[in-house]
Amino acid sequence: MLSAKASCDSHGQDSFYFLGWEEYEKNPYHEVQNPVGIIQMGLAENQLSFDLLESWLGSNSDVLGLKRKGISVFRELALFQDYHGFPAFKNEMVDFMAKLRGYKVAFDPNNLVLTAGSTSANETLMFCLAEPGEAFLLPTPYYPGFDRDLKWRTGVEIVPIHCSSSNDFRITERALEEAYQQAEKLNLKVKGVLVTNPSNPLGSTMTKDELNLLIDFAVTKKVHVVSDEIYSGTVFDSPSFISLTEAVTERSIDETDIWNRIHIVYSLSKDLGLPGFRVGMIYSNNQTVVAAATKMSSFGLVSSQTQYLLSNMLSDKKFTSKYIEENQRRLKRRKEMLVAGLRGAGIGCLNSNAGLFCWVDMRHLLSSDTFEAEKELWKRIIFEVGLNISPGSSCHCSEPGWFRMCFANMSQETLKVAMRRIEAFVEFSSSTAAALDNCNHQRAAGRNSRRSSLPRWILPLSSYDDHEEADRTLTIH
Amino acid sequence: MTLLSTKATCNTHGQDSSYFLGWEEYEKNPYDEVLNPNGIIQMGLAENQLCFDLLESWLAKNPDAAGFKRDGNSIFRELALFQDYHGLPAFKKALVEFMAEIGGNKVTFDTSHIVLTAGSTSANETLMFCLAEAGDAFLLPVPYYPGFDRDLKWRTGVEIVPIHCASSNGFQITAAALEEAYQEAHKRNLRVKGVLVTNPSNPLGTTMSRGELNLLISFITAKGIHLISDEIYSGTVFSSPGFVSVMEILKDRKCDNTEVWNRVHIVYSLSKDLGLPGFRVGAIYSNDKIVVEAATKMSSFGLVSSQTQYLLAALLSDKKFTKNYISENHKRLKQRQKMLVAGLQKAGIGCLKSNAALFCWVDMRQLLHSNTFDAEMELWKKIVYDVRLNISPGSSCHCTEPGWFRVCFANMSEDTLNIAMQRLKTFVLDSTVNGRNQNNHHSPKNSKRRSPKWVFRLSSPDRNRESDER
Repeated sequence: MLSAKASCDSHGQDSFYFLGWEEYEKNPYHEVQNPVGIIQMGLAENQLSFDLLESWLGSNSDVLGLKRKGISVFRELALFQDYHGFPAFKNEMVDFMAKLRGYKVAFDPNNLVLTAGSTSANETLMFCLAEPGEAFLLPTPYYPGFDRDLKWRTGVEIVPIHCSSSNDFRITERALEEAYQQAEKLNLKVKGVLVTNPSNPLGSTMTKDELNLLIDFAVTKKVHVVSDEIYSGTVFDSPSFISLTEAVTERSIDETDIWNRIHIVYSLSKDLGLPGFRVGMIYSNNQTVVAAATKMSSFGLVSSQTQYLLSNMLSDKKFTSKYIEENQRRLKRRKEMLVAGLRGAGIGCLNSNAGLFCWVDMRHLLSSDTFEAEKELWKRIIFEVGLNISPGSSCHCSEPGWFRMCFANMSQETLKVAMRRIEAFVEFSSSTAAALDNCNHQRAAGRNSRRSSLPRWILPLSSYDDHEEADRTLTIH
Repeated sequence: MTLLSTKATCNTHGQDSSYFLGWEEYEKNPYDEVLNPNGIIQMGLAENQLCFDLLESWLAKNPDAAGFKRDGNSIFRELALFQDYHGLPAFKKALVEFMAEIGGNKVTFDTSHIVLTAGSTSANETLMFCLAEAGDAFLLPVPYYPGFDRDLKWRTGVEIVPIHCASSNGFQITAAALEEAYQEAHKRNLRVKGVLVTNPSNPLGTTMSRGELNLLISFITAKGIHLISDEIYSGTVFSSPGFVSVMEILKDRKCDNTEVWNRVHIVYSLSKDLGLPGFRVGAIYSNDKIVVEAATKMSSFGLVSSQTQYLLAALLSDKKFTKNYISENHKRLKQRQKMLVAGLQKAGIGCLKSNAALFCWVDMRQLLHSNTFDAEMELWKKIVYDVRLNISPGSSCHCTEPGWFRVCFANMSEDTLNIAMQRLKTFVLDSTVNGRNQNNHHSPKNSKRRSPKWVFRLSSPDRNRESDER
């Protein structure tokens, strides 16, 4: 009776990625009310700079009251449903985007299409660039939401470009070619490559080499490149952000048609921390894409009330400059806290310079180099350590043991608590593992055969009554 | 070679139709009382501009709602982060209560059955994705809202098969027409997944009768298909018979929790009743849990801004306000519709008797040179370019009879409406005079007939009543 789309689960939301969230919902950490609850580290939200936004709002109540110079513009906004978008807002958006790119590129507001969030932008681009059954190549690991956003209603397929830790998960020419061949083997026509730059979940910006590789690939294969630059304002460290637009501009490519196949996606959900306001956009030089995407945006327009508020906020150049700088400073500091805390627990992570999360290496904590072991570890981290973090498998990472941990969606205090918990967990696991080694050694010498059949990690669980540390870890759940 | 999808390069979004070309002409030469008094008056836009003063006054008295404050405390953070596709609970509650209030509280709605979407445009498309595969069909009574060709078909691949309605019975849906449409779909090898109606109707401006609604329920029960009732204009029913929601009929027929109960879905929006199309607030209401679940996840592609949800939650929770608004809105719409009807009558033009919405379904068949759509296009162009009124030709709404036009009355001031009526009267008189001269020239016998017979038939029964109200 219903469509296959409604009854299937290819929206991907039965994946265990979401099960972690459910566990968090049942037992959320609260500094005062539930200090033993689960700390949410799976949500890539930017909560660090609300005070700056609130202070701006405090001095601009007219805008909130839907007034312009004291006169009500309510009527005008209430009626404004033009899918070309509020002109003042688009003008401010392209300037903001250029600013984030150090003014190394300029954008034309006529090439900008507003959508209700980048979720809508990405899906719309798929509808414009591909038929059902065609494919886009995506480097792994990638944002789990893409499985729903790019594939569900569009019928488009994703074929992974395998990236590995051996070179910091950078895209290689070989990996691109392999992915392309794989698509052919699966009888899928490749329409393009979609990358997130800065990367989610890696937290790193793409190098110029990577960008050039992509451009060469797009030229050779005559395919599109979609660059989701949603995190472009969160680049807090060197190397600085190089946008796809900048990279293409710098190349003198004979095939000028390439400009018709480069598309940028942006949003204010991460940089400004406003996911609730649903502000996303597509930028393209391809007039047919702009025209089609504009009409498609009817299915997800941005509220005029919100467009009005943000056009005013972004027109305050003093504010935006201060915001960008301060936001990046706070993100950098917070990320350094996380990295230091993890180091203290003997855990490393990928060198990162952007995003709201780190890509954490817990391979050494796995009982085996398998995804089952990763899942096991992940469950322990949720239930024993009380942290909801995202396992690499949910991001389609090809190597087990990597996790994405967010740092910008909680207070400093909470982050410290999380770090202490992890440190305790690792310490505890190491000491009990050492104890088990001793046990095994003694067993080998003929004593205590009972424990020999248990996997190494089971021991800490059964030892809770035996060790004082147990009190600390037990109270978590 | 740019290798775009067919969706991007085709024109099934329907936006090259004449419906939109009239808009373009208006954009080039828009009427303005002071700056451009000879410009084109926009009568093709179904907007409700009659009650903004009520909304603005509420806004002025309740600055917290738009100021991200609750009891004086800032909740900006909470709203900035709120992207839960289950929607702001306070808003959903206020919305379902408002929907119930509009329907005279004869049915109540459950917040767990409602899905918020960025406008009803998004709601309708989402329902198609949930209920049909590409290549399946929905039956729609004609004439229907031109936007459906894009909203229901474009990205979904769903087909629309028309249910033919005729002026002979006021364009009401008949059992025969339903069955014919169903058979037609079969002939075209299309699997019918349901019927979609707009109630009150766009472009007719009439509410569906209980008879029609019962007919529909019986039909979908027999065929085992869905029914979508787009009730976007439900708050604009300004005179009798009142609004009867399809949910009310289901209740009366004791269909609660039967199979057909799960196959009836409502679409709603605040774009027409509250006049807030810019805020993008739509909703799907369904008793089918799976539809609600799937539609909820799909709403990710078009969520309502939390800033807007919060403002409207506060507005709609103010029951004193909503009660007054609903009644005042009805009053003003009724008065404005009467003005249009009277003005048209003076020009010798009749229209379908209507009790709702923001427009009238106007009968200009007598002004056609011939009973053809070409003649309708010719007349429409004259009205756009010579009379300088942008109105919507029936063909753009897939009407099967030429000569009908949708004329909006709630998107302009009273003065502008008067001017529009004067222009039309002048046009018709001129046309009649010319026509009479031509008649005289060709056949003296016909000089007796001053105006085509439709003008008299439509206006006579109303004449006595109208003179009282004037």
